[in-house]
Parts: sequence; C-alpha cells; structure tokens
Amino acid sequence: MEVLQILPQQLVFGLALGTVYGLIALGYTMVYGVLFMINFAHGDVFMIGSYLGWGVLAALINVHVVGLHPIWVVPLMLGIAMVGAGLLGAGLERFAYRPLYLRGATRLGPLISAVGASLFLQNAVMLTQGARMKVYMTNLLFPRTWRIQVGRVNVSVLVLVMMGVALLMMWGLHLVVQRTTLGRSIRAVAEDREMAAIVGVNVRRVIATTFFLGSALGGAGGVLVGLYYTQIDFFMGYSAGLKAFTAAVLGGIGNIRGAMLGGLVLGIVESLAVTFVNPAFKDVIAFAILILTLVFRPTGLLGESLPDWEKV
Amino acid sequence: MGGPGWRLAVVLGVAAAALVAPLLAPSDYVVGVLTRICLYATLALGLNIVVGFAGLLDLGYVAFFGIGSYLYAFLASPHFGIHLPFLLAVPIIIVATAVSGILIGAPTLRLRGDYLAIVTLGFGEITYLLLINLDRAPLNITGGPNGIIAIDAPAFAGLVLTRNIEYYYLFLAALLLVLGASARLRDSRIGWAWQAIREDELAARAMGINTTVAKLQAFAIGAACAGIGGSFLASWQRSVFPDNFLFTESVNILAMVILGGMGNLLGVLLGAALLVAFPEIFRDFQVYRMLVFGLLLMVLMIFRPHGLLTVQSRREEEPAPGRAAEEEAEASL
Amino acid sequence: MLRLSDVVTYYGSLRALNGVTLEVRQGEIVCLLGGNASGKSTTMKTILGMVRPRAGRVEFEGQRIDHLPTEAVVRRGISLVPEARRIFGRMTVWENLLMGSLVRRGAPAPEVAQDLERVYLLFPRLRERAQQRGGTLSGGEQQMLAIGRALMARPRLLLMDEPSMGLAPALVDQVFDIIQTINRQGTTILVVEQNAAVALGIASRGYVLQNGRIVVHDTAETLLRADHIRRAYLGEN
Repeated sequence: MEVLQILPQQLVFGLALGTVYGLIALGYTMVYGVLFMINFAHGDVFMIGSYLGWGVLAALINVHVVGLHPIWVVPLMLGIAMVGAGLLGAGLERFAYRPLYLRGATRLGPLISAVGASLFLQNAVMLTQGARMKVYMTNLLFPRTWRIQVGRVNVSVLVLVMMGVALLMMWGLHLVVQRTTLGRSIRAVAEDREMAAIVGVNVRRVIATTFFLGSALGGAGGVLVGLYYTQIDFFMGYSAGLKAFTAAVLGGIGNIRGAMLGGLVLGIVESLAVTFVNPAFKDVIAFAILILTLVFRPTGLLGESLPDWEKV
Repeated sequence: MGGPGWRLAVVLGVAAAALVAPLLAPSDYVVGVLTRICLYATLALGLNIVVGFAGLLDLGYVAFFGIGSYLYAFLASPHFGIHLPFLLAVPIIIVATAVSGILIGAPTLRLRGDYLAIVTLGFGEITYLLLINLDRAPLNITGGPNGIIAIDAPAFAGLVLTRNIEYYYLFLAALLLVLGASARLRDSRIGWAWQAIREDELAARAMGINTTVAKLQAFAIGAACAGIGGSFLASWQRSVFPDNFLFTESVNILAMVILGGMGNLLGVLLGAALLVAFPEIFRDFQVYRMLVFGLLLMVLMIFRPHGLLTVQSRREEEPAPGRAAEEEAEASL
Repeated sequence: MLRLSDVVTYYGSLRALNGVTLEVRQGEIVCLLGGNASGKSTTMKTILGMVRPRAGRVEFEGQRIDHLPTEAVVRRGISLVPEARRIFGRMTVWENLLMGSLVRRGAPAPEVAQDLERVYLLFPRLRERAQQRGGTLSGGEQQMLAIGRALMARPRLLLMDEPSMGLAPALVDQVFDIIQTINRQGTTILVVEQNAAVALGIASRGYVLQNGRIVVHDTAETLLRADHIRRAYLGEN
C-alpha cells in the first residue's frame, strides 16, 4: 500500500529524470544525425559538464559569496558548463574524429577513437580531480524542505527546476533546428550531405556546430544530474551515457523528438522498476531496453529510416 | 616487405625465441610475465578473428573470457564439487563458449558497426553484472564479488602444473595452435568471406556469401579462443573474480589487436607482448595506464590505423586513387 | 564565361574524364550530350569542385576555380540542379527554396522574398504546395522544386544534370520550356542530357562526350540534323 502512495511521486520523479535523459540523449542523436556516428565519449562530456558546474558552485561557496540564490547561481553553473562541454565536444570532433571520418575508409575508426577519447577523459579527470566523488552542495541552493504541492503530489522544487530547465533547453533546440538557417543547414546535412554542399552549406562548420550544441546540452544535463544526486565522480559518464544512448535509440536515433520521447519513457520505466522491482538492477534495465530495441525495433519508436548501410 | 619466405623465417625465429625465453629469464617473475603474454596473445588472436578478419567491432569480448573462466571454475573446483580433469574440461568449455558466441552474436547480425559495438558492450556488461550478482539464495552460482577459489591446477599425464614455467609451455602450445589455426582460417574460404564482409557487407552478400553464417562463425571461433584463455586463467590463477572481467579488459584486448594492425597475426602477437609488458615495466605509473591507453587508441586510429607493423593486406592500396577518393570526400565536405 | 581546358579527372582509380575541353559563353544555353558512363556527371562534379581534376583547368569568369571547395564555387555564382533532383524530402517546399538562397546569406529579406516570388511565378504549383514536405511531391514537381532551389541563389551559370530523366514526355517539354524562359531572363545554362533531341532543341551549341572525351562539337542546328552523329554517339535511331 505504501508503494501506491509514493507512486505519483515516483512518476513525477521519473518524468523529471526522463527529461534530463532526453537532454543528454539529444547530444547522441544530433551527432548521429549528421555523421552516422555514435559519439562514445558523449557521456564523458556530460561528466565534465557536471564537474564544471560543481567547480562553479564550489568556487562561489569558497569565496563566501552571500545571497546564493538558485535564480542566478543555476544559470551561471549551466552557462559555464555548457560552454565548456560544447567546446570540448567541438574539440573532440576537430581533433579526434574529423581526421577519421574524412578518410571515410573504415567505420571502426571514429568509434575506436571515441572509445579512446572516453577513456582519456575519464582518467584525466580522475587524475586531476581525484578518484573520490565530489559533492554538490545543493542544499545551499535548494533546501530540502523547499517543496510545493502540485495537485496530489508533493514535489521538491529542485525536481521541478530540473524538469523545467531540461524542457526549456529542448524547446530552445527545437526552435533552432526548425526555424533558423543553422537548423535548416543541420537538417540538410543530416539528410543529404553532398546536396547540402551543393547548395553552399559549409558542411564542416555545420558538423562542428552540431557537436558543440549536442555537447552543450549534455553538459547542462551534467549540472542538473549533479544538483539532484549531489554526488559526482569521474565514472558517472559511463552509465549516464549508456542510458542516454538507450533513450536516443529507443526514440529513434537521429530523430530529435525521438530522443525526448525516449528519455521520458526510459525515465519513467526506470523509476517504476526501482520502485517495484529490485533497485540493484537499475542499470541492467537500460541495457535490456537497449538490446530489445535494437533487436526488435531498430528504428526506434519514432524512427523514420533504418540506420543501416544505405546511408553514407 | 618480402614474400612468404621472409614471413616464415620471422615466424620460426619468433617461435624459437619463445621456446627458449623462459629458460633465459632472469627471474620467475619474468616467466610469469611471459606466461601472461601467451595467455593474452591467445585472447587477442581470438578477438582478431572477430574484429580484424570479419570487421565486427566487439566491445564485449571480455564476456566470453569470463564465461570460459567461470565454466572452468564450475567444472574443476570445490564450488560445485566437480573435478573434471583439465583435458576433459577444456574441450567442453571450448564448445560452450562457442555456443555462447553464437547466442550473443545472433542478435547483432542485422546491426551496423556502431550498434554492434554498443550491443556487444551491453552483453559484456550484463555478463559482469550476472557474475557479480548471481550469488543470492537459493542458489549461489557464481560466488558473487568473492568469486570462486581453490580451483584445480591442470593435471594430465601424471603431471600437475605448479610452476610458472610449466604453465608457460602449456599456454605457448595453445597459442601456437591458435596461431596456426588463425593463419589457416585467414587463407581459407571463410577467411575470404570475412574479408569481403569487412570491406563491404552489402557487396559480399551480392556475391553470394552467406554473411549470417560467416559472422556467426567468426563470433563462435573468437569466443572459443576466449574460452581457452578463460580456462587457462582460471587454472593458473587458481581463482576467478568478477573484477577480472571488466569493460577495461575488453578495451585492453582490443588495443592489442589494433596496435598490431587488425588482421595482422604477427602484429597482434606484438601488440599483446607490448601491452602486457609495458604496464609491468612501468609499474610505478600504473595509475596512468588507462589514460595512456585512451590516448593511444586515438593516436593510433589517426596516424597508424593499420597498426605498428604497416600491414599490406591482400589488396595493395595505391596512394593516387586513394587520395582522389579522399579529396572527393573532402571536397564534398 | 565557363571554360574547361584539358580536364582529366579520376573517379577512384578510374579515369572518368580524359582531357575535356569546352566553353560556355554568357547568355548561352549549351548542352553536353552523351550516353551512360560517358563522363557527363563527372564533368558537373568537377566544375562544382566536388572532385578535383588531376590535370587541366576550370575557369569561371576568367578565374580558376578547379582548386576551390564546393562551397566557394557556389558562392561565385554557379548552381547545380543535380541528377535525380535530390531535393530535401524531409523539408517543406518553402524550406527547400530557402536552402537555395543560403549563399545569399547577406542579402536583405525583401530580395529573398523577391526571389521566392520569381520562383513561384515560374512554378505556380510550388506556391500551392509551399508548406508540404518535399518527399510528398510528384516527380515533376520535385524537378521544378530542384530548379527553383537552384534559382534562389541568383546564379550566373546554371548547371543542369539530366533534367528530363524520369519525367513523362509532356512534362519534359514543360521543363525545357521553363529552361528557355530562365535563359531569356538572363541566366547562362549548361545542360547535361541523354535526351539529345529535346536538349538540342533549346541550345545554341552542343558537345558530345564519349568515354571522357569530347568527340563532337558543333552548333545545335547542325547536330540536330546530323543523324549519323546522333546514331553513332548518342545511340538514337
């Protein structure tokens, strides 16, 4: 009976978690859309975004800044994390991937390089920041008692903020992709790279920008996750990355709306599973969903085209 | 590089050196390192079949390694009270891991490179999670985080292996067998099918190659090699733990294959030797190991995608047309 | 306006263009004819910078362009209507046209609106379908969209790769009428075609390409009347 009582709560949390998964998933899906490549290191970009956010907060606290209020602190954390993560992602593209996908020869090249980049980033952070986890002093911004009543559910403001920020960013990305010239260029490159070049798109620059945007969103996700779970470590990118990737695939990789939907579904399923089944198998659920999706419905829920060899 | 005569000379030279090496080794510790090299070389050759020959990027190869190891632990330890002799257990394990290779490979058949990698990675992780968690009531299967210990040493022909040097020769024998088998496979019809699939799967199918069977064969044989390696690890270490089979181990073995040049047998051996020896030499810098690994993978792919020993595959690539294609790709970018 | 001199281009290890020399003067319609695998598409790609020639020169308005990336060539005022149209099926008609005006990024909005109007006047059907996704258009409409998209860049030279392909004869006539109209409005055009008759019908001059070489070059009238040439090189009866 207790379970039913916390169900609405868990659903709300699952929803919020799902929007964050979706946010991170966007990074995978955007890059895949333009390059047909899985940026294995995206999870670690997310992790670095999380560390950047932590750094900002820790610095503010250390310098004894008064009047810490989420309304300006959170945007600051997000801003710095997003720019940092975005630049990192663009840097990866430029130095670790571009030499490889330009060569076009083997598919394995960029993927192996990405695995290498992932290892490198994880260990670089571990060596410079220490293997022990860092703590987000979230309660200084969002006291644990700061909750509000929404209908029958009592939610913490933090969760609402998490969801709100993620939704806002997703909406922002949607606007960019649908309404701006850049967005159209990205869509053109994703659909037919050669034709995009023929109409004059600077394909290299568009790809770099796509990486920047996707990585920035991942970085934002890192801050949000850090705020909620309060504990971050250099290894968090691995599982978060795999989950976000699952969300992207579930929704239909390459499809932006799919990433958002996939994130929501995964968040809710995970939340319910943790409530009703064994919390220890939380991570296995994402894997299971991933494998099931890839085997039975590789196009994903909203996918339009099979990600197979017909594409460049 | 010279023709087959040159190659044969190198192979015989390496084989001779390998036979004599432990006798010249300065300490038992070094013999131990040599033994580990043989073990990992076997594993790397197995992965080489999957990645190097068939072009299937398996990021979860460690799963087969783990399955082979734990199976040996089940069959030759007090854990279940079964004590099969070594020469009986190993063939069973070879078959069992080959079957697991087919089971894990089957869902991936329709998947393209990147997805294949992620799914195999997933299977690798699931295997690890199973190994570490299947120790709850009512049945303690895997021993959980504590693993299984007191595994029997290999015993045959009245001899029970106890010293490193004895293990060395056992592993070396297996390695040479696997090496020979790899070479035969590479030049056989299956090998050509694998190469065709690696280059262009669609074209391979159009040529009439049954890609499904070929891919499953690659998985099965690769897994079998890992099964051999796994039984060897279990019988040498006399224990198995889930932490022996982490994702980083898959990357480790993959790095050996890449370093050596995917598909190049001698190169893979070299890769294994280097990647086992270096961490031992730089013991003090152990903590930087994965960092260097990651950097190594990136750098290798960019500057030396064909491995340290620049391999000429069966088709020589002319620089001119290659550049034209590259320029074309560049121009359209 | 456009001049190719002894252009040799490889496609992988295949020699696709074997010393091609041709010229297009301002205001003309010139057609490049030939059968399959004669090198027609490679010529287009070479002009646009999608492949780099191994030898020879490509000059546009007096300046060499053969070393430039596609983006730069397009900016200089050359647009391509590619073989098989290749419109962006997932974007709407309007978005496709906007993509065409990408190279005129600095242009003020009213000018772009003007260009859009011009295209809609040429192709009223596109105005009706402006908000529809490109993939839902018929073959003929897609061809019009592809041409319209190329026109949005206000090209000084328009390249067209097999505009008649896959279209019913009535539509082919329509399309070629439009091509003439575009030319009369001031755009120089180079058409690559397998359908020699209809192409020669609107062109002033024609080149025949075979195995990567220009084998015949004459006025359109002469080519139209020379049956033996048509039969020998163009496989017509």
